[in-house]
Amino acid sequence: MKELKLPNVELPEAAEKLREEVRAFLIEEEKKGTYVPKCDSWLGGHSAEFSRKIGERGWLGLTWPKEYGGHERSALERFVVTEELLASGAPVASHWFADRQTGPLLLKYGTEEQKRRLLPQIAKGEIYFAIGLSEPNSGSDLASVSTRARKVGDKWIVNGSKIWTSGAHHSHYMITLVRTEALGEKKHEGLSQILLDLSAPGVTIRPIHLMTGEHHFNEVIMEDVEVPDDMVVGIAGNGWKQSLAELAYERSGPERFMSTYPLLAELVRQLANSESDNAKIAVGKLVSRLWTLRKMSLGVAGLLEQGKSPEIAAALVKDLGTEYENEIIKVARLLIPSHASVSAESKFDALMAQAILHSPGFTLRGGTTEILRGIIARGLGVR
Amino acid sequence: MSEIRPMLEEMVNKVLKDNCTKELINAAEKGTFPADLWDTLSELGVTAVGIDEDKGGSGGDLGDLMALLKIAGYFAAPIPLAEHTLANWMRSKAGLTAKSELSTFAPVSREDQIIFDPTDEGWSVSGKASFVPWGKDVQFITVLGKTNEGQYITASIPSDQCIINSNQNLAGEPRDEVVINQVAVSKQEAGLVDDQSADNLFSYAMMSRVMQMAGSLERALELSVTYTKERTQFGRPISKFQAIQQQLAIMAGETTASLAVADFIISNIDRNISFEETAMAKIQLGDAAGIATRIAHQVHAAIGFTDEHVLHHSTRRLWSWRDEFGTESVLAEAVGQRILSDAENLWDFITKPPAKVTVE
Repeated sequence: MKELKLPNVELPEAAEKLREEVRAFLIEEEKKGTYVPKCDSWLGGHSAEFSRKIGERGWLGLTWPKEYGGHERSALERFVVTEELLASGAPVASHWFADRQTGPLLLKYGTEEQKRRLLPQIAKGEIYFAIGLSEPNSGSDLASVSTRARKVGDKWIVNGSKIWTSGAHHSHYMITLVRTEALGEKKHEGLSQILLDLSAPGVTIRPIHLMTGEHHFNEVIMEDVEVPDDMVVGIAGNGWKQSLAELAYERSGPERFMSTYPLLAELVRQLANSESDNAKIAVGKLVSRLWTLRKMSLGVAGLLEQGKSPEIAAALVKDLGTEYENEIIKVARLLIPSHASVSAESKFDALMAQAILHSPGFTLRGGTTEILRGIIARGLGVR
Repeated sequence: MSEIRPMLEEMVNKVLKDNCTKELINAAEKGTFPADLWDTLSELGVTAVGIDEDKGGSGGDLGDLMALLKIAGYFAAPIPLAEHTLANWMRSKAGLTAKSELSTFAPVSREDQIIFDPTDEGWSVSGKASFVPWGKDVQFITVLGKTNEGQYITASIPSDQCIINSNQNLAGEPRDEVVINQVAVSKQEAGLVDDQSADNLFSYAMMSRVMQMAGSLERALELSVTYTKERTQFGRPISKFQAIQQQLAIMAGETTASLAVADFIISNIDRNISFEETAMAKIQLGDAAGIATRIAHQVHAAIGFTDEHVLHHSTRRLWSWRDEFGTESVLAEAVGQRILSDAENLWDFITKPPAKVTVE
């Protein structure tokens, strides 16, 4: 079963050197009080100031060509920067989607004009993107989206709504999957991706608060929003295929198993020098699994670096990884009884609260566990 | 990677595929050692891969051996390829040449002690080792003992000079008690082993089980996929039911994770793999063994746990191997101890695991 084979990837020296730089920067910033480490900081930790700092250091658009503001470094160096940021629980949500998937999407399918205009600003950490996929009536059955874009002259008129759109209220644009042809027999056809300016007339961003009261989710309502023709990404009608190509980037990165890493790190700190066999065994098991998942994720990064699009392997990493994010919570709360609360003064209690209250999202976002397992099953040839 | 590896893998794959039939495996479990198969592999030089040629081996490196053990695991080959080779590897570390006769090593647990008492002619060896793989079938037990000065030392004791009490693991593989009572060994037949090599013997044994389990998981998954596509209920193959698909996907996840860590070991064994990394790899395989065997049997239903089906050749081995050379808990305790003793550096541990060199 070839799909199940991941290459063994060694990080090059340049990546390890970069790690030292990133780590030193993060230690300094945390010391300065720029941020307090949080769980799930790639979804919830918004700081335009921090994103710009990262951009200034050249850590965004790391793999992109220099002519578009990138730094022409390898996917493995990007992997290292990503995992260092996540391990420190730094506020990286503002630029996360733009750097992770909008950039690679534009590089692959964008026009020269789009690339020149948008990529340098993304790499500077100045403009942010939301991902507009789900709709009120289209979740896991994504191809059934009904947001409609009609061509009128040299413009598209967009009507519909996107939902569960993380960070839309912080973002400048939304990569929006729309139907540019009427729904026909084949629902995967006639879809397109457009760059929708979130400040355009006709766009309403309605907050949908999480159960914690935090504002990450939104509903983005589009009423006769005019989108210039040059804001279509790639080929009109090719949107489904283009969206799928993003998924391997979206599903296999370290953020799919490190959302609760800050809790694990704090757990280990609390248990430092513990003589309890139970604690040692539980921590040893948790860390072993993390070690394994990281190897798998690196393997997928290696395949991406070779120009492959390992959809099934990426689904595997996300499935195992997001289960693991929940496992950290389970083990931690049984090892150290806590009074978890988002307003707790104790670091452990606060991280525990963030982790628990964000946990339902881990196995939903970016493709539910059940959908992922369906993809894996197809890879096994049973679907 | 050694140049000969792809060729070796192809050759061993063919020999084991042709030979490791249901009948041969069943016969081995009933006590008939597959001597013809072993001789074939021996003639091809496969039983001395990873041992230098000047020490009587066939060359290649331990990565080659590990790659072959994965194949052996896949075919549930009832042969002591790991144990025989590691016995000779230990001899090579002690300056002794490889034994071409079938051999194994002992003890498999550090709790069993073999003592070398000095005599005028050399040594008098005594001790007891439990659960020695293939003890009853081999001609030599290559023991790792200690001198009265606490130094590690090895020698190959003819098995007919030992008392061997037969036992088996869950897979019907011989795991015998070996009692050695004042067996004389000449000076030339024994050699001192440095502490690092003694540690490495157990690490390599753990890695061997990692490989065998990885191959076995791959086989169990293939059997499960094939079976669910063939078995029809409610008018369609059971593979068409989401309940079954989701289970197979979980099994595929654990198998992929296991293959990834196994390949990490194959790629790095001749450079730098710490005890902790070896332990973490075996924890992954041990966990995966539990999950995958449950799912494999569940989707196979009744036929899968009968003697008629071959699934149990893989699952019983997984159940046995996960417990040999350290269960998940035993190993996790050691890993956890290390982490909790240096809690501030957890992230360093993950990104740059401790480098206790096991270089050859």
